[in-house]
Amino acid sequence: MKLKRPSDLVKARKSIQSRYDPKKTCVTVCCGTGCIASGAHDVAEAFKKEIGKRGLRPRVNLRITGCHGFCEKGPLVVIYPKRTFYQRVKVGDVKEIISQTILKGKIIERLLYVDPVTKKKIIYEDEIPFYKKQRRLIFGNNGRIDPTKIGYYIALNGYTALAKVLYKMSPQQVIDEIKRSGLRGRGGAGFPTGAKWQLCREQKEKPKYIICNADEGDPGAFMDRSLLEGNPHSVLEGMIIGAYAIGAEEGYIYVRNEYPLAIKHLQIALKQAQDWGLVGKNILGTNFSFRIKINKGAGAFVCGEESALIASIEGRIGEPQPRPPFPAESGLWEKPTNINNVKTWANVPLIINKGAKWYSRIGTKTSKGTMIFSLVGKINNTGLVEVPMGISLRKMVYEIGGGIPNGKRFKAVQTGGPSGGCIPASLIDLPVDYEKLTEVGSMMGSGGMVVMDEDTCMVNVAKYFLSFTRDESCGKCTPCREGIKQMYGILDGITRGKGKESDLGLLKELAEIVKDSSLCGLGQTAPNPVLTTLRYFRDEYLTHIRDKRCPAGVCQDLIRYSVIKENCIGCQLCNKVCPTKAISGKKKELQKIDQKKCIKCGACYDACKFEAIGVE
Amino acid sequence: MGKIDKVITRYKKEKGGLVPLLQDIMREYGYLPEGTLKRIAQELDIPLSRVYGLATFYRSFSLTPRGKHLISVCLGTACHVRGAPRIVEKLERDLRIKAGETTKNLKFTLETVNCLGACALGPLIVIDGKYYGRLNSTKMDKVLKEYLK
Repeated sequence: MKLKRPSDLVKARKSIQSRYDPKKTCVTVCCGTGCIASGAHDVAEAFKKEIGKRGLRPRVNLRITGCHGFCEKGPLVVIYPKRTFYQRVKVGDVKEIISQTILKGKIIERLLYVDPVTKKKIIYEDEIPFYKKQRRLIFGNNGRIDPTKIGYYIALNGYTALAKVLYKMSPQQVIDEIKRSGLRGRGGAGFPTGAKWQLCREQKEKPKYIICNADEGDPGAFMDRSLLEGNPHSVLEGMIIGAYAIGAEEGYIYVRNEYPLAIKHLQIALKQAQDWGLVGKNILGTNFSFRIKINKGAGAFVCGEESALIASIEGRIGEPQPRPPFPAESGLWEKPTNINNVKTWANVPLIINKGAKWYSRIGTKTSKGTMIFSLVGKINNTGLVEVPMGISLRKMVYEIGGGIPNGKRFKAVQTGGPSGGCIPASLIDLPVDYEKLTEVGSMMGSGGMVVMDEDTCMVNVAKYFLSFTRDESCGKCTPCREGIKQMYGILDGITRGKGKESDLGLLKELAEIVKDSSLCGLGQTAPNPVLTTLRYFRDEYLTHIRDKRCPAGVCQDLIRYSVIKENCIGCQLCNKVCPTKAISGKKKELQKIDQKKCIKCGACYDACKFEAIGVE
Repeated sequence: MGKIDKVITRYKKEKGGLVPLLQDIMREYGYLPEGTLKRIAQELDIPLSRVYGLATFYRSFSLTPRGKHLISVCLGTACHVRGAPRIVEKLERDLRIKAGETTKNLKFTLETVNCLGACALGPLIVIDGKYYGRLNSTKMDKVLKEYLK
């Protein structure tokens, strides 16, 4: 069915809505990648079977949705209309959920979420602090939509922004609206989106291209994937509006190859949008035509950088180019090109629908709207979190994140992936926006937020990020290629107890050179993890250097495992798992670790059930 | 017409078709055989060095055959702080290969990946598309034993 005018869209929406009874029971199963990894597919299949077997299809709907964001507790099942929330659901629970909750309205206690702060059980989704304290403008529909069916998106006012733009606004008006909203790029650098569009629109050269950067490479960030998996049409709609405003004829979505489900859902969404006349020739019956192609990345972190991404689409090695010229002037196939991140595109329909004025009231003075963060690492509630810009780290970690597991002490938050920095616990009341994060030496990046506790070694973390950027440096410019390698070498020495105090000065000097003289964002930001840890955790470096000790018990060359006499019952489990036979001792007697044989693999520590292995 | 010819024909005239072409060959064979790369260079009339450059630049391409089981260990930040490096070391020890290598009997290929985006489950590995999460060395032992049978 091709929609030829805005009224067709309205009709379609009303017809879909009339077929949907909001009071009818609907079981939604989260099938985002995190929940699938925990077995959500099998749970969904079991629901399908059981609903069929009991003849409940006329009374109960089953909906497979994208990521709800609360990955820690997956597989998630939410039962509408009351939004009863069950967590860590297993196939074995399905029959009971149907017979008790759906048929009798009884709550199954053991599947409820327990608030780690108050220890209280919570029944309904919207009462869980993790969700309650968020503002899910972009991400909220993920839990309601079946992403493989365009109808769900249309029923929730999908593509109304597109219709409005095509019939009621000139391209310049669209750009002005985006400018007024204050939207800034969500991919990392935070460049104002409206200004970027304007620059590309003003170019005379044709054709023009737009690109959706879905090469989400920052480790610990997965919100772009979840959006593409769970609500692909919101991204497509944003792109089509952008293309209209800029005057582009063709668009590309460059997706990481490691995201097969996102690619699949995008392909389905694109096909459906084409069938409905929302992408392709004469969109919604107008003269505006726009095609979209999906490109799969081949695995190179540097391709998240604009010019490297363009090179990759052109079939070349993903090496960045010096700028200017900017992609807006000479981008893909040397034509004017506008690149935005997934989340940036997804914000566009929202701004058009609700208006720039409404949008610009959310957030801080310089950072408008909401941001989706992935809250991961040493945190109770791992997941995706959408909050207004300017929220404090404290709220993120303690109220939404539910604090640190096992009563450990909060130590730092790392934001911005390998380009970002580590923010210490002393800055926990920092409001999170573009400027504030940069001020403390980190950056917004794509929204990764890795929480670290007392058991995380900051020197090791800095070394980890450098090993990452060292491997991912494309090698084109010398400061990045050689500088990071040398910095890594120094850090490696420190973690092995071979560091000197003079190393710290050298490290800082090198870091500043790499930062100032690298060609692209990868090298320019790669020293950030080192610089921030040097700034906030200098003592920890010094302990490694002077005392040859790793206070967090991580750096293998500086730790030793030993048996804690009081706790050892002589079960010999450690003895059995030790790969080098370094542990000896008779049954029911104290075990002993031969430090000469020990390779510090930690197998004994993991195996011991009595906390009788200590790390020092 | 052979499979390779079909793939080459499909992408020959497409702008920027070389990367998707190599991706399709990867999917078909599990690696990029030397002879095939030479054929591609010939057919597309481009220097072999360009094809080789791409094949060695991008992580998802391999010039050597992969094992029957592909083990990918996530080394994202969240997994790292939860102890993923120990998992890699254990697998390297048990399989007697380094990350990036394949066992001599072509049974296992061990690789590390930057982030699988299932951070709640970290440390996490994927074997042939199946996820194993919240690992430590004891659990890893059990998982590996299933595949060593």
